[in-house]
Amino acid sequence: MIVLDHVNKVYDDGFHALKDINLEFKKGEITVLIGPSGCGKSTTMKLINALNTPSSGKVLIDGKDISGLNPVELRRNIGYVIQSVGLFPHMNIAKNVAVVPHLKKWDKEKTDRKVNELLDLVGLDHTIYRNRYPSELSGGQQQRVGVIRALAADQDIILMDEPFSALDPISREQLQDELIRLQQELNKTIIFVTHDMDEAIKIADTIVLMKDGQIVQTGKPEAILRHPANGFVRNFIGQKRLQSENELSYEIPLVDDVMITNPVTAFPNRGLAEAIKMMESKRVDSLFIVDRNKQLQGAVSIYRVLDMYGEEGKTVADVMIPVRFSVASGSTLPQAIELMDSHQLSNVPVVDGNNRFLGLVTRGSVVKHLAEVYPNLAPPQPAGEGEPV
Amino acid sequence: MDEKKLTFMDFVSYVSRNSGLLWEYFIQHILMVVIGLGLAIVIGVPLGILCSRSRWVAKVILFITNILQVIPSLAMLVILMLWLGLGMKTVMVGLFLYSLNPIVRNTYVGLKQVDPSYMESGRGIGMSPFQLLYKVRFPLALTYLMSGIRIAAVIAIGVVTIAPLVGGSGLGREIYAGLNSNNSLRIFAGAIPAALLAIVADIVLGALQKKLDLSKRKSSGAAPVPPKIQKV
Ligand SMILES: Nc1ncnc2c1ncn2[C@@H]1O[C@H](COP(=O)(O)OP(=O)(O)O)[C@@H](O)[C@H]1O
Ligand SMILES: [Mg+2]
Repeated sequence: MIVLDHVNKVYDDGFHALKDINLEFKKGEITVLIGPSGCGKSTTMKLINALNTPSSGKVLIDGKDISGLNPVELRRNIGYVIQSVGLFPHMNIAKNVAVVPHLKKWDKEKTDRKVNELLDLVGLDHTIYRNRYPSELSGGQQQRVGVIRALAADQDIILMDEPFSALDPISREQLQDELIRLQQELNKTIIFVTHDMDEAIKIADTIVLMKDGQIVQTGKPEAILRHPANGFVRNFIGQKRLQSENELSYEIPLVDDVMITNPVTAFPNRGLAEAIKMMESKRVDSLFIVDRNKQLQGAVSIYRVLDMYGEEGKTVADVMIPVRFSVASGSTLPQAIELMDSHQLSNVPVVDGNNRFLGLVTRGSVVKHLAEVYPNLAPPQPAGEGEPV
Repeated sequence: MDEKKLTFMDFVSYVSRNSGLLWEYFIQHILMVVIGLGLAIVIGVPLGILCSRSRWVAKVILFITNILQVIPSLAMLVILMLWLGLGMKTVMVGLFLYSLNPIVRNTYVGLKQVDPSYMESGRGIGMSPFQLLYKVRFPLALTYLMSGIRIAAVIAIGVVTIAPLVGGSGLGREIYAGLNSNNSLRIFAGAIPAALLAIVADIVLGALQKKLDLSKRKSSGAAPVPPKIQKV
């Protein structure tokens, strides 16, 4: 585990780049540092391999303060991948991958075995690529080599500073996928810097969001998306993503997305004749009875009203039956459908935390929703008009 | 008109008659260039490295080597002669001082132009400053150093021709002997090999310079890899 303990960084020119940073990077996790350019991501990351030293505060790796270690030795045990790749152009691929094993004076056989194994691991046939030079590889291939170079000496910690941001979108996606795959196999402690939220969400176990040398929010991607700490985070996540998150949630729609938001309701003091009239004009077979606070009181069906029609002076409140089942706003559609299924309901009301009536999930509304989400599956002709209740 | 033809045949016969002496001059000529240049490389490369360490040091060192090179060659040799006396030593020290500027400057520029990302990744990976220098920075500066050597060599080959004035040897001897005796055959016999030497040095060192450009190194004879082979 890596811990930054009250770290401040003031550069020689007086610029206060990091302000009281406290962070924990968990073993075997990918932690993504993200934030706008210049917020101090690289500065933070370089504290860990002593390319930067804190002006105050401590950096601990497995409980040991790294200021007491030899920085050159320390760096040989920490993989380092940078945006511009930094493969040495005068060394062939095998030599590039073997740089750190060489520095650590591994014997040739062990080094060669490791290099071949790693090249194959990222889909670069070692019989072909060992003797190639960096300029003979595509950007994506070069960065694959950059990544395995950081693994070659069995480093447990890997630092990656915007490693994929100079690549074309297709290569970038591929390398992200490969990194996730590698990580499942290797379980390294990875600190990954990016300014791309999509990338962060895709690969992070934990996201650390920074701004102006401070940490704004730390958490799992899911938690940050659902509960952005403030406007800055919300802004950074981006309106587009919030929308696409909604689209994502279509995969498991919420009752709120599916329900009819204006079901036919009546106040409790309505007479039965009025109730029939309302049902007729709205073409529904039941009414929900709500009070002035939209509290759900009960429901009446057309049969029940006709049954009691003879008794003049009765109100719907007298004949309604309590609503036995409802779902809370925010429940998923499958929950609602299961309820309807197991109790033979033709619909189920959606209520909020204060039992206020928000809407109604009906079989018809489910079908209509699915047709909207999967327009390709809908029949070519427009479906029939109106609410088919 | 046919005097010209005679001259050429005379030239050939002169050269063949005196080939032993001319060969000796030729070798001495090259030797002085190589020694002077070798000294300049041995001293100049470390100076160039020193320059790359601090801007201030670079200013001072380059100022001095620059002045050395601006001094006319004859003046330089004469001044040195007053100090070191007549002889080879004076010539070689002169050549050394003369070659210093291109060597120091090009070493410095070569080291400076290395892409910082290579140095960042070398440092970040755990190279010591010395390892970074000899494994990364210096190899990538080699082509610049070679260009400096090439410039210095061509200048030195020219400067050595005035060596006899301060007691040195080389092809200049033949040229001055020809001047003194008004014998154009001897002038040509000295000047043509000196000129050829400069041209050959320029071509050979130029080829070497190209070869030492490792920044876009390719595997020899390998079929080019289609650059997008990994993409779908
Ligand atoms: N060596 C330095 N000297 C002075 N300021 C620096 C230095 N390195 C970075 N900075 C400044 O510190 C801030 C954070 O830089 P950095 O950590 O590189 O940001 P990023 O989040 O883009 O990686 C920037 O404003 C940058 O200009
Ligand atoms: Mg950065």
